[in-house]
Amino acid sequence: MSEVVSNPPGRVAEIWRPIRKILREPLGALGLFLVLLVIFGAVFADFLTSYDPTRINPRARFQGPGAEHLLGTDQLGRDLFARVLHGGRIALYVALVSTAVSLAIGIVLGLIAGYGPRWLDNLMILLFDAMKSFPTVMLALALVTLMGPSLTAVMVVVILVTVPGYARIIRTQTIALKSSEYVTAAQSMGASSARILRVHILPNVIGPLVILASMDIPVVIGIEAGMSFLGLGVRPPTPSWGSILNDGFTGIRDSAWIAIAGGVPIIITTLGFTFLGETLRDVFDPRLKGR
Amino acid sequence: MTTLAINNLNVTFSTEAGPLHALKNVTFDIPENRIVGIVGESGCGKSTLINAILGLLADNGTVDDGSILFEGADELTTLSASRMRDLRGPRISTVFQDPMGALNPVISVGRQMINIQYRSDLSKEEKTQRAIDMLELVRIPDARAALGRYPHQFSGGMKQRIAIAMALMMEPALLIADEPTTALDATLEVTTIELLKDLQQEIGCSVMFISHHLGVIAELCDDVVVMYAGEVVERGTTRQIFQNPRHPYTARLLECDPARQSERTRHLPTIPGEIPDLRARPPGCIFANRCHRVQPACTAPPPDAVIVDGHIARCFVANEPTEVGGIA
Amino acid sequence: MLTYFVKRLGLAAVIVSVAMFLLFCMIYLIPGDPASVALGPRATEEMRAALREKMGLNQPVILQFWNFYVGAWTGDLGEEVLSGRPVMTVVLEQLPFTLALIAGGITWSVALGIPLGCWAAVSRGSTADRIVGILSVAVIAVPSFVIAIYALLIFAVQLRWLPAIGAGEPGNLGDQLTHLILPSLAVGLGWVGYIARMVRASMLEVLEASHIRTARAFGLPDRMITYRYALSIAILPTVTLLGVGIGQMLSSAVFAEIVFARPGVGKLVYDAILTRNFPVVTGTVLVTTVLFVLLNLVADLIIGALDPRVRSSF
Repeated sequence: MSEVVSNPPGRVAEIWRPIRKILREPLGALGLFLVLLVIFGAVFADFLTSYDPTRINPRARFQGPGAEHLLGTDQLGRDLFARVLHGGRIALYVALVSTAVSLAIGIVLGLIAGYGPRWLDNLMILLFDAMKSFPTVMLALALVTLMGPSLTAVMVVVILVTVPGYARIIRTQTIALKSSEYVTAAQSMGASSARILRVHILPNVIGPLVILASMDIPVVIGIEAGMSFLGLGVRPPTPSWGSILNDGFTGIRDSAWIAIAGGVPIIITTLGFTFLGETLRDVFDPRLKGR
Repeated sequence: MTTLAINNLNVTFSTEAGPLHALKNVTFDIPENRIVGIVGESGCGKSTLINAILGLLADNGTVDDGSILFEGADELTTLSASRMRDLRGPRISTVFQDPMGALNPVISVGRQMINIQYRSDLSKEEKTQRAIDMLELVRIPDARAALGRYPHQFSGGMKQRIAIAMALMMEPALLIADEPTTALDATLEVTTIELLKDLQQEIGCSVMFISHHLGVIAELCDDVVVMYAGEVVERGTTRQIFQNPRHPYTARLLECDPARQSERTRHLPTIPGEIPDLRARPPGCIFANRCHRVQPACTAPPPDAVIVDGHIARCFVANEPTEVGGIA
Repeated sequence: MLTYFVKRLGLAAVIVSVAMFLLFCMIYLIPGDPASVALGPRATEEMRAALREKMGLNQPVILQFWNFYVGAWTGDLGEEVLSGRPVMTVVLEQLPFTLALIAGGITWSVALGIPLGCWAAVSRGSTADRIVGILSVAVIAVPSFVIAIYALLIFAVQLRWLPAIGAGEPGNLGDQLTHLILPSLAVGLGWVGYIARMVRASMLEVLEASHIRTARAFGLPDRMITYRYALSIAILPTVTLLGVGIGQMLSSAVFAEIVFARPGVGKLVYDAILTRNFPVVTGTVLVTTVLFVLLNLVADLIIGALDPRVRSSF
């Protein structure tokens, strides 16, 4: 307790306190390290390698890992290290954008379901349940058939898959808060529904949701990689971990390093985000345990 | 012979806020064939006492000092886990307070009754017959069919009777009954008490009967042990305790007994004040902060004063006349 | 019991209906129409118009949905674009392979997950508990297709312990089972983690219950208390979890079938996408959705069979 008191109050302390809590857990520290590693690689991709991830070099095909090509080259002679770093950009881009959009949609739908009339709530719950009854990959495959393979299709799938979960959580919390004293008080003072939702309910429901969303990031990264693996995500020659893995899978008997270059980043990223998310949840919201 | 002799027992739990001294210098006997009542408010250490006897103290609890001698032969505080397990059930059995939760919900009553006979050499049919006999003894109608049913299919009173049947099935030397009637309504309470008394005489075991219901204790028990904050403050025969209470706490407890008041309530009205924090026991008398007869001397540990042989009160003024006369 | 079952079946039917509606909306709203998808970019306008006519795409939306809906319930999912075979027949041909894969996945996850979770709960706080905890989180986190590829790489390509592709010789059960080991591990490994965590948590809860204290007070052996008295209650939530998990296992099965070149609905859909065989795609999505909802129902019924409290409330 005393160390908290001795901290000078201010912005720096506010930011450091949670980070220190995470670092105290070995798994949290490992998770944070892996996540930072992946972000670093994606952000500074252009500085970390001079190779162009899409440049084909017929004379350097199927080269194993070595000094010249750190992780080797693929069947078109493209440098795998460069492709892995740039693939990280795609993965993080999809994860962040689609999670943000999902959260926004989920919050709005959840608030409507929780705060709105009963029939609307029932209808939306039914829709969420029906949405969740599609096996994810089947849904993805159906959508991609119609839309054609693209990053947008991947993000639409992610949004469709994750929104019902977020909306349900927001709805449950909204219903619990709706009958709380301070919301009743605000209502009796004539506050509008929009204002009550914005000022009284939203700030209270958003914390656990952000933690859960952070725990969904590995799932999202898995969906992107999986769809790209099937050739239904990013279009070639754009690098994605999933498409690298597919290149590696095609030549798995002779050039296993390609599959390793594509898969290990997926493992590192999903483990990193999961360890970090679990620690975040345990540290900040133990009630969510077991979800 | 004494079935259970507890001598100077001390139990401590290590907690985050420091050691918690849950039982302090507890001494009393359970003689053969007698029913001994343990009385006290919640938090007086009754559960810890049971767990210490059964060797089921939580991981953070330890017996620091003292002994629990069972049938003059087994020292329960140092007994090996497997020997202790052999005693639990056949020699020392227990009926717990909560009849709703005391039986396993997904195993049939018959299966549970057969399982607890797992040490016996009897055949499956004999074990089943034994279970039926016991259920009939506790007046469960249609006992054979009852074996195939699950706990949730019985009423609370029936469940408690099944629990008693299970506890007595192995003909133990000691039955620990932890508030077995508290969760039942008044009529059921009376019949259950009578049943317990009949069975005790039939089987010939000793009973440690824990209750905060003084009427039940007076009705059922031969001896009474009054506990407060992990200490035995007074013990004696039922007659001695009820007619001539010498510890101020016992006196207060009896005064507050709803049976003596016009309006009958099922719970003890509380004595003003609270049980002190057991992590920081006062050096002197544990009851001093709530005692109406507190004296300067009470800041020192009080002696176990002998009033007559077998009637003992842990108090400085135990042998001085009280202004509260005991009228049973 | 019967009313409960009918009620659950009714609810399942409503969910499936709504799912059909959503699927139809998606097909209708998303740019690109099934006819042009099927024919590819080089088709002439007349060809497209003819196919649209044949597929009923020129009818009013409501009527289209009605035909789709009634057709689906009566088992008519349309016809394959090229061969003209009923989609239902094609899907049902492939379904047993996928079901076998999922059953294998469940076997792996139950056979490993329950003992691990139990062990972790009993040795709570120990190193073993912590290792099981970390491994559980890890196998949950890593996508199943990555596990599938690496399982293929390690056990089939490098070590050559197990076959890499196909479902095994028809009629040869032993061969089929050996071919099932790796793909079903890929499908089930993540669920080992889920189940271990779930069993650990519910075991810890059950071990605190007063009937466990009673069992201890009767001197029952620890083994009997852990496995018969506590575990029989603690596995109940696992069954519900598995019911929900079947949806995810279906997804994993798609990847496992593609990676291990096994027949099954996943492979079917994948090939259908590559050949733009749109009715097969929607048909399979519908069948797997119904399957998922039904298996959830089965999980509930199993709970009823295992838990006498639930059984008598039916």
